[in-house]
Amino acid sequence: MKKTIITVVGKDTVGIIAKVCTYLAENGINILDISQTIVQGYFNMMMIVDTAQASKKSAEISEELKALGVEIGVVIKCQKEEIFDMMHRI
Amino acid sequence: MINFFEVAETNEMIDKENLDVRTITLGISLLDCIDADLEKCKEKIYQKIIKAAGNLVATGEEISREFGIPIVNKRISLTPIALIGGACCKTAEDFVSIAKVLDRAAHEVGVNFIGGYSALVAKGMTKADKLLMASIPEALACTERVCSSVNLGSTRTGINMDAVRMMGSIIKEAAELTKDRDSMGCTKLVVFCNAPDDNPFMAGAFHGVTEADQIINVGVSGPGVVKTALEKVRGESFEVLCETIKKTAFKVTRVGQLVAKEASRRMQVPFGIVDLSLAPTPAIGDSVADILCEIGLERAGAPGTTAALALLNDQVKKGGVMASSYVGGLSGAFIPVSEDQGMIDAVQAGALTLEKLEAMTCVCSVGLDMIAIPGDTKDTTIAGIIADEMAIGMVNQKTTAVRIIPVIGKGVGENVEFGGLLGHAPIMPVNSFGCEQFVNRGGRIPAPIHSFKN
Repeated sequence: MKKTIITVVGKDTVGIIAKVCTYLAENGINILDISQTIVQGYFNMMMIVDTAQASKKSAEISEELKALGVEIGVVIKCQKEEIFDMMHRI
Repeated sequence: MINFFEVAETNEMIDKENLDVRTITLGISLLDCIDADLEKCKEKIYQKIIKAAGNLVATGEEISREFGIPIVNKRISLTPIALIGGACCKTAEDFVSIAKVLDRAAHEVGVNFIGGYSALVAKGMTKADKLLMASIPEALACTERVCSSVNLGSTRTGINMDAVRMMGSIIKEAAELTKDRDSMGCTKLVVFCNAPDDNPFMAGAFHGVTEADQIINVGVSGPGVVKTALEKVRGESFEVLCETIKKTAFKVTRVGQLVAKEASRRMQVPFGIVDLSLAPTPAIGDSVADILCEIGLERAGAPGTTAALALLNDQVKKGGVMASSYVGGLSGAFIPVSEDQGMIDAVQAGALTLEKLEAMTCVCSVGLDMIAIPGDTKDTTIAGIIADEMAIGMVNQKTTAVRIIPVIGKGVGENVEFGGLLGHAPIMPVNSFGCEQFVNRGGRIPAPIHSFKN
């Protein structure tokens, strides 16, 4: 399993999750966990996904999701889990 | 499993508080490039750099994309060139021709600086050391990315005052040769006492002779992250303050450790050290001076500054040491002037002087850094400033350095613009009383006694 964290932040609009999930499904990325809140009209989502079976390289997925975010009008980040693990776990 | 808030905290540090990995520096030994023939030596150096560092920039960018952490610089440090060129360089011009090769290689592999145009002369100078030192002004004027450093003293050997005196004139000459660019040459030249072999930061990075053939060293940064963390504990006791700095330094350094390990694995080059420095940039909110203000000073330079900096430097080390398997380099808080907006403001407000900066260097990670002084400052005065700084390093068993820029044609009150990460600086006044007879004595200052430490 290769865990990656996807975060989506931006103004709430119809179909954000749908578009992100469609991209993930098309590229063989399995969703393990989703949490989401809306604070003062701002959409805030974190997904934990498994990229072990992904059809593309991590850096490429990260670039494409970023571009998808620009298209929808939100900021999408896709980061390997290790950066959070290293910082918050001893 | 990682939770929402932890992810948000990390990304907040990156997006809003300027958390970044300042540099991945690939150290390359050039000892196997030594040749009695200058042309052959240059060809070997060029080929070795291209082969070793060909994928450094691409690897750095890939790691940056995958983890979502900016990696600002990719750099190369080399074995001191005085050792490599000793066999084939008969004149200073020969050394300059090596500098041009280094610059060409740096452009070819896409790194923004290449360090190691250096000489280690803490106790004495060989003929090659002298030639290299004499060639520094020209080498820095005719190259763009080459950085130069000279180690002038150490706690074990004392201070080579002949070399200190020479560097006073060399710094001035480097300023003269680049006077059309605000004496930029001097921003790429630093002199040290107790120079570390594994420093990833420029201008002083070189690959020590005790190092492996190649090594990855990483420098982290994050003054903005510490500043923001301290905003939440305003008015609390020193205990709370110190704990907060330590915890933050730990988190920042962990990112450096991760990047260093990844770069090492992908490039199949051993991991050397993480340098856990707070390295400011001219960007707003990325300032060490701002941290000092957050600790409780009206401006950097106010009474209490040295104590606040001592505390900060020590807590950064305490937090960072546990976060990385190997810590080295300069590790601590840098206090450059032109690269730190808070420092610039403090100088302009009259709060910070050269003398106070000198006191601060007793407890910071390095020394007098990126300080612009009047262009008519005498060579001997610059040598005097260097000697003072070397003495602080020698006696306190710490690394100290001087990177000072006599800006030709400009005087106190004027401004100088270096651009980019080097920033801009107001020209600071220098004590006008002379020290010619002192620095012209010749010889060296003996090493200090290592016992009776009371």
